[in-house]
Amino acid sequence: MTRTVVLVDAVRTPFGKSGSAFVNTRADDLLIRAMRGLLERNPNLPLDQIDDVAIAAATQTGDQGMNIGRSASLLAGLPNTVPGYSIDRWCAGALTAATTVAGQIAMGAIDLALAGGVEHMGNHPIGELMDPNPRYLAEKIVDPDAMAMGATAERLHDRFPSITKERADRYALNSQIKTAKAYEQGLIQRDLIPTAARSEELGWTIVSVDEGPRPTTTMEGLAGLKTPFRPGGRVTAGNASGINDGATIALLASEDKAKELGLPIKAKMVTFAFAGVEPEVMGYGPVPSTIKALAKAGLKIEDIGAFEVNEAFAVQVIAFLEHFGIADDDPRVNPYGGAIAVGHPLASSGVRLMINLARTFESHPEIRYGITTMCIGLGMGGTVIWENPHFTGGNK
Amino acid sequence: MATALVLPEGAPEEVITVSKVRDVDLTPFGFKGLLALITMDNGLDHTRPNTLGPQSVASLDAAITEALSRKPAAIAITGKPFIFAAGADLSAMSFLTERSQALAIGKLGHDVFRRLGEIELPTFAFINGLALGGGLEIGLHSKYRTLASTAFTALPEVFLGLVPGWGGATLLPKLIGPEKAVQVIILNALNNNTMMKAKDAHALGVVDAVFEPADFLEKSVAFAASVLSGSTKIERKDYSNDPGWDLALATGKAAALKKFGGADIASPRKALELIAASKSCSNGEGFDAEDQTLADLVMSDPLRASLYAFNLIQKKRKKVEGAPKSNLARKVTKVGVVGAGLMASQLALLLVRNLKCPVVMTDIDQERADKGVAWVRAELAKLVEKKRMSAESAQRLSLLISGSADKSVYAGCDFIIEAIFEELSLKQELFKTLEEIVSPECVLATNTSSLSVEKMSEGMKNPERVVGFHFFNPVAVMPLLEVARTSHTDDATTATAVEVGKNLKKTMIICKDAPGFVVNRLLTRFMGEITDAVDEGTDPATADNAMRSIGFPMSPFELLGLVGPGVALHVAETLNKNLGPRYRISPTMQAMVKEGVKTFYIKNEDGTFGANPAAVALIHKGTTPSTAEQVRERALKALAEEARMMLDEGVVATPAEIDLCMLLGAGWPMHLGGILPFLDREGISESVGGQRFHAPGIASVLK
Repeated sequence: MTRTVVLVDAVRTPFGKSGSAFVNTRADDLLIRAMRGLLERNPNLPLDQIDDVAIAAATQTGDQGMNIGRSASLLAGLPNTVPGYSIDRWCAGALTAATTVAGQIAMGAIDLALAGGVEHMGNHPIGELMDPNPRYLAEKIVDPDAMAMGATAERLHDRFPSITKERADRYALNSQIKTAKAYEQGLIQRDLIPTAARSEELGWTIVSVDEGPRPTTTMEGLAGLKTPFRPGGRVTAGNASGINDGATIALLASEDKAKELGLPIKAKMVTFAFAGVEPEVMGYGPVPSTIKALAKAGLKIEDIGAFEVNEAFAVQVIAFLEHFGIADDDPRVNPYGGAIAVGHPLASSGVRLMINLARTFESHPEIRYGITTMCIGLGMGGTVIWENPHFTGGNK
Repeated sequence: MATALVLPEGAPEEVITVSKVRDVDLTPFGFKGLLALITMDNGLDHTRPNTLGPQSVASLDAAITEALSRKPAAIAITGKPFIFAAGADLSAMSFLTERSQALAIGKLGHDVFRRLGEIELPTFAFINGLALGGGLEIGLHSKYRTLASTAFTALPEVFLGLVPGWGGATLLPKLIGPEKAVQVIILNALNNNTMMKAKDAHALGVVDAVFEPADFLEKSVAFAASVLSGSTKIERKDYSNDPGWDLALATGKAAALKKFGGADIASPRKALELIAASKSCSNGEGFDAEDQTLADLVMSDPLRASLYAFNLIQKKRKKVEGAPKSNLARKVTKVGVVGAGLMASQLALLLVRNLKCPVVMTDIDQERADKGVAWVRAELAKLVEKKRMSAESAQRLSLLISGSADKSVYAGCDFIIEAIFEELSLKQELFKTLEEIVSPECVLATNTSSLSVEKMSEGMKNPERVVGFHFFNPVAVMPLLEVARTSHTDDATTATAVEVGKNLKKTMIICKDAPGFVVNRLLTRFMGEITDAVDEGTDPATADNAMRSIGFPMSPFELLGLVGPGVALHVAETLNKNLGPRYRISPTMQAMVKEGVKTFYIKNEDGTFGANPAAVALIHKGTTPSTAEQVRERALKALAEEARMMLDEGVVATPAEIDLCMLLGAGWPMHLGGILPFLDREGISESVGGQRFHAPGIASVLK
């Protein structure tokens, strides 16, 4: 890399449960609201200096279509001189939007970019308009389980028998507890953009918190949930992320540009990597992608002081932690909870991880490096390694 | 608490705007507390705006009660997407038969809306979209107002013959002062119902803050939180001792007199009275006065005629009575205008702006044709200068217009309109020439004002493609278009003409090809009675002022000055020849044309208008003068008689079409309902023709 890429700021809409808070709100309106919220809290940013806008959505039709990167920019009121594009890597969409603009910045093609993602899973159910090639099954290119994310999670349990349902439930409960605590302390709300939502039946309101969290969750309650992907399975609605609507957006810049404009620096990108695994165990993806990224960065797992791991499924996070010898309840991991509590509007989640990591960096100057990582459908993982700009030279 | 009213018999069922309450936590906006947010939504899309009938108002009342029960820090009210509320539901008003009903409607609105101003909590109107009349009044009762930057607002009541009687006439002057209140309530309403853009509403002080629509609600809630926390302070001024009251009220009165040709019309007068009273009265006293005024107006024939006229204009703008099926219309991709004089050039401009297809003009030589083209291009340039058109659009349109002395350029035209000299033989010859150049389907339209279209098509190979297409001057402004069918005109031709008219954004009536069609026939008959009275020896001022109190926009001689004696005389001569001696040819007018005297009035050095001595000298003085009352009676009787004859002859099918023509082609006021409701209520229709034009209760109060 020739130039240092920094995360200036990142925000998101509250995540709604599909069919609820944002049932009559368009996906692009969610994204536009997040964009305007980000721009509003960075008044030093000259809009005409934004060089590009990369927006991810896993389904790119309807209110997530029309090249949403460009379309949302126009609707958000960016000057029409600012270009935009759409990007897709399913769950890692926003993560990939960030790494892609980082690549543009690093090679000197641009200085400032917005990167984010949106998924209105109520308007665009997972798998909408999908048309898998019949060769997948005919030629056994993938196992049939690869096509259903819940089934891939069950397959991880099969592969790692040490990860029991009870262990997954406990992880999920902990995620709820951590999120509830973070909410109590007002830590999550800081980066949420209150968003107007209208229900045809109820009228207008303002949504300013995530709808997903269930602070009253108990182990007993989790134990009683159905396992919809298999009879006698281990994956439940309680130890997996939900079906959600939401949008995220980040501002990335070259370090020089950020300094020139007096913009804050919340994290410095060290490097990133994506890697593939067997599609039927897609949840394992973060393991090889993290190994790859650490190698590129010349770092060891011990050097990482903060982890933001997307919680598509509890089992998949535990598999990652187990591989690297990290305890399920290690305080370095997802300190504000994760997608099991707040939700996972597919392509938007990558930037949510960055929002949380940036807050950890801010309050932990003793931490030097952190990672954001997530698994990706059809067998992939993505990892970004970040450096804490507030690092004061502690242990890690 | 208010109770819903029972609708009068015959009234259409109310489309209910339901008000619902939701909680908004203000904590994220920096204030610990709850905002109870009321949404008004009639459940239909933005093409059917929220309106406020009795049940809608009752629903709002219930919502306010519900909101209060939630113990909020403040209450706010907003609308459905793109619409706040478009005002009172007027549909039932035309059916009220008792003054008590009208009074109850006014009172219901006040009883509910005033809660927003009188409860102790701060109240906010988040005006997210269109807010008219009662809609804006909800905002005025609220203690604070935000407005979406794209939203239009207005108090159009005076335009409709009402007053802002749900609080507007009392609250607005207290809020923004007399001068600006008169601007909004009187001047805007009388100026063709001008609506305020958001920046105007903000500048006038009608709203406290303007936000972009993309996050209007979020910004409005943030504004409310900042008011509650005290970080935003909105200062209100006391205007009760403002020095501008007298001038403002005088300005309003003068504007109303000017609008109605000197007549003192009830709705602006009463609105001004309410505004004047607001200087010193309490809100409650003002609201009571509004209730009484509203009841008086609602139970008056002029208001019923106004509502009739308003609905008629709305309805006929969309649907042309008697038009053939629109799928019979042929595609129009090239248009011809014959002539390149001022009228032809205006037509060419209108056509090229709206049809955006090639428009070719011809005249007797290239120089004249070029002059017409140059005029059109200059007008386009003016539009660019005034920022009403982009340079690119003007460029595009300028290149679509061309002129020639050679009529062969009409080859390929689908629609040609002629605007040459009003001489039948010239037009006959022209159409025969054109037939040799264009396809048999090309529509040949004439903008003649009084010649027989049928005769123009005589001897043609394809007379079925000839149609009358009569505009009013200035063609870009006047909304009416008379489409005249001859006995040969076929449906495809008529349908094509109607389609072109629609694209020109005109309201159309389809009439029989009869001399003067509708507007000129009635106007000329009417004018003839005035000039006749003068020729008989009536003092010109007496004759001209005989109808001042009715509220026509201009007096007969003012109109004559605008039309020009030459044109008026020519039309009178044609109608005299074709319809008979009741269309008189005035020796005074003949003299004026001969001497080149163009007007009865001239501007004096001090700016006032006075009699033109040159015209007065030419008056043919008879010895049988009439009184003003006699002039008024004979002129109105002539209108009733002619209208009845037109209906009997089938020039148009219904009285409503005559009214529409006079509203839109002559600019006659809505409180006359066009003209026939006025003639009905004056008893003139019955005394002339033995019957009314409209049944009692239509455009009048059923007694």
